[in-house]
Amino acid sequence: MPATEPMPGTTTAWEELVTSALLGTDRRPLPAGAAPGPITLLDEAALHTVRRRAGLRPATAAARPGTAPADPRPPLPPAARRRLAQLLADRSAPSGGGGRRGTAPDLTELIPQWLAAADRRGFRAPASLLPPLLDAARARTDLRPQALAFAGPRGLWLAGLNPEWKFALRGSPGSALLPDVTDDDAVHRLWEEGLFAERVALLGAVRAHDPGGALALLTSTWSTERAEDRLMFLDSLRAGLSAADEPFLEQALSDRSRNVRATAAELLSALPESALAGRMAARASSCVNPDLTVGAAAVAVEAPHECDAAMQRDGVVAVPPSGRGERSWWLGQLVEATPLSVWPARFGGRTAQEIVALPVADGWGEELRAAWCRAAVRQRDPEWARALLGAASLPPSNGPGTASLAERSKLLATLPGAERAAWVADFVAAHGLSEAFQLLGVCPVPWAAPLGRSVVDALDIARDAGSYPWSFSGVMGLAERCLNPAEAGRLEVLTTTPDEPEDASPGAAGYWSEAFRRLVSTLRLRAVMDEELGAETA
Amino acid sequence: MLLTHGGEPLRTAAPVVRWTVEQVLALAPDEASRKAGGRLGSAGPWSGAGCDASGSVWGLCKGSGSKPYRTVVDTTGPAYKCSCPSRKFPCKHALGLLLLWASDEAALGPAEVPDWAGEWLDGRRSRAPQKTDRAGDGTVGAGTGSADPAAARRRAERRAERITGGAQELEQRLTDLLRGGLAATDQSGYGLWEETAARMVDAQAPGLAGRVRELGAIPASGPGWPVRLLEECALLHLLDTAWLGIARLPEPLAATVRTRVGLTASADGPPVRDHWLVLAQYDTPDGKIVTRRIWLYGRDSGRTALLLSFGAAGRSPGQALPVGVSIDAELTPYRGAGQLRAELGGQFGAPVPTGTPPPGSTTTAAVAAYGRALREDPWLESWPVTLRAVIPVPSGDGWQLVDPADDTALPVAPSALSRPGLWKLVAISGGAPVTVFGECGHRGFDPLAAWADSCDDGAAETVPLI
Repeated sequence: MPATEPMPGTTTAWEELVTSALLGTDRRPLPAGAAPGPITLLDEAALHTVRRRAGLRPATAAARPGTAPADPRPPLPPAARRRLAQLLADRSAPSGGGGRRGTAPDLTELIPQWLAAADRRGFRAPASLLPPLLDAARARTDLRPQALAFAGPRGLWLAGLNPEWKFALRGSPGSALLPDVTDDDAVHRLWEEGLFAERVALLGAVRAHDPGGALALLTSTWSTERAEDRLMFLDSLRAGLSAADEPFLEQALSDRSRNVRATAAELLSALPESALAGRMAARASSCVNPDLTVGAAAVAVEAPHECDAAMQRDGVVAVPPSGRGERSWWLGQLVEATPLSVWPARFGGRTAQEIVALPVADGWGEELRAAWCRAAVRQRDPEWARALLGAASLPPSNGPGTASLAERSKLLATLPGAERAAWVADFVAAHGLSEAFQLLGVCPVPWAAPLGRSVVDALDIARDAGSYPWSFSGVMGLAERCLNPAEAGRLEVLTTTPDEPEDASPGAAGYWSEAFRRLVSTLRLRAVMDEELGAETA
Repeated sequence: MLLTHGGEPLRTAAPVVRWTVEQVLALAPDEASRKAGGRLGSAGPWSGAGCDASGSVWGLCKGSGSKPYRTVVDTTGPAYKCSCPSRKFPCKHALGLLLLWASDEAALGPAEVPDWAGEWLDGRRSRAPQKTDRAGDGTVGAGTGSADPAAARRRAERRAERITGGAQELEQRLTDLLRGGLAATDQSGYGLWEETAARMVDAQAPGLAGRVRELGAIPASGPGWPVRLLEECALLHLLDTAWLGIARLPEPLAATVRTRVGLTASADGPPVRDHWLVLAQYDTPDGKIVTRRIWLYGRDSGRTALLLSFGAAGRSPGQALPVGVSIDAELTPYRGAGQLRAELGGQFGAPVPTGTPPPGSTTTAAVAAYGRALREDPWLESWPVTLRAVIPVPSGDGWQLVDPADDTALPVAPSALSRPGLWKLVAISGGAPVTVFGECGHRGFDPLAAWADSCDDGAAETVPLI
């Protein structure tokens, strides 16, 4: 027993016995006085062993770690706690071979939802479940923010004791390892001496508390930072960006690194009042004008003829990617960085919708609208986003703004949640599910009733058309996670296996019934989980 | 883990104790059943499922056939019945049903026992008391078929002779070993010990065989192995000698020696009825057999008892008790000095949750208790103790349980260091004192269950660490 101590006075004789035993009594007989032979050795050793064990005493205590910080959040209700144990236990079970998913809910898929709901309600994680929770967060980076928020201060304290959970200590704002942001000395010390990730986390934490203070911290060492680090630090100013940041950003426009310059310009252009936005507006205004030849009912475009040094300093990239014309490339950048508020004034007080609807001369329309889309996203302008998205029922290729689903989902993200859901519901109703996946991803969860209905109707139509459910497995998976659990009852009718239509894929009806049964059982389980967390069922 | 229903009023007088998911999964005979059971552990495939206050759980499970399988579990046993053709025990349906019961109160709530389940449950319960009587009437013997006591005695004598032969042979081996020196065993390797162990099996002394096999693993067990090897050789020698001179030993010690050698004793001590708190349950694989240990603490008697059960050939040991509940039951102790093993007899009523740990002791008292127990049984590896107000503290490569009152500490046993339970213990402690139950021995303290001292997570709870 390594750390407890035997009775004093017995050690010497014991060591003699061990030496004799190792070498053998033939070579090294026992010390004088004892009867010779291995039997005596064994007798003595037995006596010593039992005496040593019987006489054990506690060891001296090692230095204690500090205690975990208190967590004032209320504990989970018992049922929710059992549920969490089950979710985490299921996660750690080895996953079976591939094959069909069957009708049972996939518990692993529900962990993020469960954690989000628990965090929303402000519960404290049960201490005994912190180890599996940290293990889960270690294995799945997508779980980390929620899992660590739920694990709370005790989780971080625990992670500090186990090297396997080191990830938890990195870059978690407000983590136990970051100093109190009001403690100037500690903040400065970590800023001067910390690892890069710690410094990014620190900057974020200070920024959330005192934007000016964060800027001052950044300015203090700016000129000595490496270019990649400058870029990351600059990026963290995105949160809480305000006019107060303009002088610093303006200065960063002359940075040695091109990426830093571009990011500074992008941030400045998101500040409509900034001087850079003004300069860009002036440039863009000279390019995009009411077409006077047709009486202001159209847009005339005169793309820039050169990209001068001043434009480049303001972040305009002079050399276009291969395959694009220089002038349209420059135009796009100018319009993208111009405050959208400029345009109604230039176009006789027209609204965004009216401006977007104007014909554009000489085939510049696509270029111009794409630039407006990027501007609407960058400036988070819902009015322009709405105008550029147009009616959801229009086919994407005929829409006013962009045909790209990725850009449309970005535009959608700037709209209020309910409006977003309604737009996507109309889109699904008009165009089916095949193009809707990306758009569904930006809708608030649980899906609003009209959206849920649209999706379920579209799935039902797909079933009637006789295709296989796995063509829609992405949407099915989303529906399991995002449909309002209250819809389960309505879905029940879809779980029956109907007769196969003549032209259907063989066996499809059975698979659809299985897929709908899984959807229903997952929704039921989610409703139960919500109830366990004390929600009035949503 | 949490076995209470919080502050909710219960619909029945006696609370239905739901097991934890871990407890249910511990019943699975293999990984495949665990997985299959997990898939059946949601409301989807079940209909007509329910449970009652006596600990019965039942349900109909939709399978591939036209008729659903009928699954019933008596959780007080536990005992299972299912109409499926599986030979696994418990089958995936029973596991799935128990998982549903453990995790989803809404899907599986109190209900009237349906006829098809009631028949089996009634039959089982009417048989149960008879079994208790049989265990309680104190008859000794080798069980059924021992109609002829003279023949039984002759058999016992023949076996004793064979064991004596084995013990003598083993003594010879040990003296040869020490004459030549332990240093040589480093090279001679495992085969030597395996062969000797096989000889002890032939001699019908499984206790000796087990110890010999363990000797074989010591030379590869890292620094300090010669000391450990000498200790174990010496204790084995002590056991041989004790067996060879058993006639001169006082009866309680002789009973202990017989058990250590591997003769099965019977549980025939006076039965003790008490409210037994289930402190820990864990399995150790040993070749093809899995040994399950369940530690119990008697609230009124203050006794600690050990239930042993065994599972072979793909079956998990049948006995399972949820950690943290208290059962009103009769235990029948086994004979032998310092013997803690007992057999579970009749149970009176369903288990109830309780979060009250046994009264704890200091680290000093814990090692002293182990020391005292060695007087009765010098081959004892460890002794069950509850430590009061100790703090888990990292120390070098390992951990300690520190008593902050006098800054003494017990090292955590090496076997516990790689278990996830250690981190659970650290988590519930949070650097503050906790009460810990475990096995305290010469290798250190092996924590098996813990209770947070400042328990504000609702009811006090017993957290299993294994």
